[in-house]
Amino acid sequence: MSSGVGVDLENMWIKFGDFVAVRDANVNIKGGDFFSFLGPSGCGKTTILRAVSGFLDPSEGNILIGGKNMVGKGPNERPTALIFQNLALFPLMKVWENITFSMEVRGAGRAERQKRADELLEMIALPDQCDKLPSELSGGQKQRVAIARALCAQPDVLLLDEPLSALDLKLRQHMRTELREIQQRVGITFIYITHDQGEALTMSDSVAVMREGTIDQIAKGKSIYDDPSTAFVASFVGENNVFRGKVNSITNGHAIISTNRSGELRARVSSAASGTLKVGDDSMMFIRPEALNIAEKNSDTHNNIVAKVRHSEFEGQSYNVFLEGSEGKEMKMALINRGEARLYDPGVELVLEYDANQAVALPAGELASE
Amino acid sequence: MKKGILEEYFRRNGKLMGWGLLLAVGFWVVVLIILPQISMLDFSFRNHLPPPEIGGPKDTYTLANYQYLIFGAQGNEEGYNKVDLLVFVRTLVAAAFVTILDLLLCYPIAYYLGQSKGGGYVRILVLLLIIPYWINEILRAFAFRIIFGDSGVINEFMLLFGLIDSPVDFIRANIALYAGLGYAYILLMIFPIYNVIESLDRNQIEAARDMGASWTMIHRRVVIPYAKPGISSGCTMVFMLSAGALAAPQILGGPSSLWFTQLIYQWFNQGGNWTQGSAYAVVLLVTCIIIVLSVMRLFKVNMGDIGK
Repeated sequence: MSSGVGVDLENMWIKFGDFVAVRDANVNIKGGDFFSFLGPSGCGKTTILRAVSGFLDPSEGNILIGGKNMVGKGPNERPTALIFQNLALFPLMKVWENITFSMEVRGAGRAERQKRADELLEMIALPDQCDKLPSELSGGQKQRVAIARALCAQPDVLLLDEPLSALDLKLRQHMRTELREIQQRVGITFIYITHDQGEALTMSDSVAVMREGTIDQIAKGKSIYDDPSTAFVASFVGENNVFRGKVNSITNGHAIISTNRSGELRARVSSAASGTLKVGDDSMMFIRPEALNIAEKNSDTHNNIVAKVRHSEFEGQSYNVFLEGSEGKEMKMALINRGEARLYDPGVELVLEYDANQAVALPAGELASE
Repeated sequence: MKKGILEEYFRRNGKLMGWGLLLAVGFWVVVLIILPQISMLDFSFRNHLPPPEIGGPKDTYTLANYQYLIFGAQGNEEGYNKVDLLVFVRTLVAAAFVTILDLLLCYPIAYYLGQSKGGGYVRILVLLLIIPYWINEILRAFAFRIIFGDSGVINEFMLLFGLIDSPVDFIRANIALYAGLGYAYILLMIFPIYNVIESLDRNQIEAARDMGASWTMIHRRVVIPYAKPGISSGCTMVFMLSAGALAAPQILGGPSSLWFTQLIYQWFNQGGNWTQGSAYAVVLLVTCIIIVLSVMRLFKVNMGDIGK
């Protein structure tokens, strides 16, 4: 197994007329990694994928695959294979013909192609389906055929454009695991595009979060979630309670923020903002719903919030409690279901506490719209 | 069961509307399509008689009209009706040629129209294709005659640029006829193909390109198989209509080249021999249907696909 071929984007800009789709992207994707671009629709992630696959060229900057500059080369001259969002299987070709289309293009004989198709069908756990038409397969099976078709060309880099978005929840979760397994088995670089943070976090070695053409953060999933580098990342990836305010003081990497409505609160300064976030700056502080807890009493140590219950929901694994702080500040708390009843009546007043290490202080910035 | 369907039909459309529709469709199918064809068929097997003798003892069924097409008049020394058979074959070959010409011309246009999602100017292009058809068919044929004439635009241009020394006789060479027929049915070829290609997922083309397929490969393996119903529908219509065309061959045909429909026309109108004309018409119709069905079989197209 090779160690995989890396992909580098160097100062890449993509413009359509006056519209900047991708702004100065700098990404180093290690060979053999599962790398995701995560962002809301229209953020430019699909544009990046099309640039890597060769369907469009960047306006500026370079795309290197295995160290070789690919700008100006067509999709058929690059060692990449693309899996489309709608899979784009050929409806009139049988499964084996679909899978081995890249071999047919190169002029391989029928026997050779059928042998290879059998191998690949074995790998994706779909033996004996080679003579079916795509329309006779289920959603998950089509998915796997699309993967096999892409792998048949033996690409160095596999590009996936939200391929799971058409599947139902259960199958999607199953395919995540399967995709990850396939990736580890073939050992090639996967570049995955998604707006679903669950997919990005579960499968990827690294995630790049994009906002309106700009890459806000590139990091491992855990860092993206726990140590976001911008307000956008904090609000887009997972759920977060936002507290706006000004930085009151900073000591040992922790800031006290005087929030607009919830008093003074303590939070860890995000590593991306350490050194740049100064006393007096406009700031945003983020606390995840699951980081909030119910305190025994209000100890007044800058990590307590008093709030009234608005309503609560039972979600199975957890209870979601929707709260209203002073001046109508809305908050959400998630409590793990440990068997005891934790549905609170509306109007009950609670004191919340959190670990300041789990709260993140960032410079004020644009939030992800719901 | 059958009653159930009818009841359901009337329940959905109402009594008045239901009967109205049934009568209209029935009238159209029976009176305008089936009865004329049957009477044509009946005519073709009868003797050509002066009006007083119709219904008399001589009015019997006969194969004489068909015999005439194949063997010519009695006492014909050549054995076969060479002239008419030659016209018949030439008409079919020319119609096939026009069909292929139209297909070659229209496939790229239809592909372009179907795959470019750029709304505005595609609509203008379609309009530009349609507007000429507001002009009467006969006028259009005469316009072609003028364009292709000895002192027509094409000859004038070629003379002007010194491409030729003396005017080319496009009419005698039947070039004007093929061009006129081809042009007459262009839309019938473009639109069925355009309709199908429009629904082809662009990603399939890109996927094929991503896997290294050349343009010919993409068309051969992805686009054409997908567009086959549209292609066969277009080809069927163009072939049938070219083989059955009358005005264009009349106006644009060279002096020495008759179209089979012109023979039929002559039997009916100049010869006054309706029974003979009917036999010729039936032969043309049946042959065309057989050709179309065999070609469809050859390319594995189902009847149902054509309606798509």
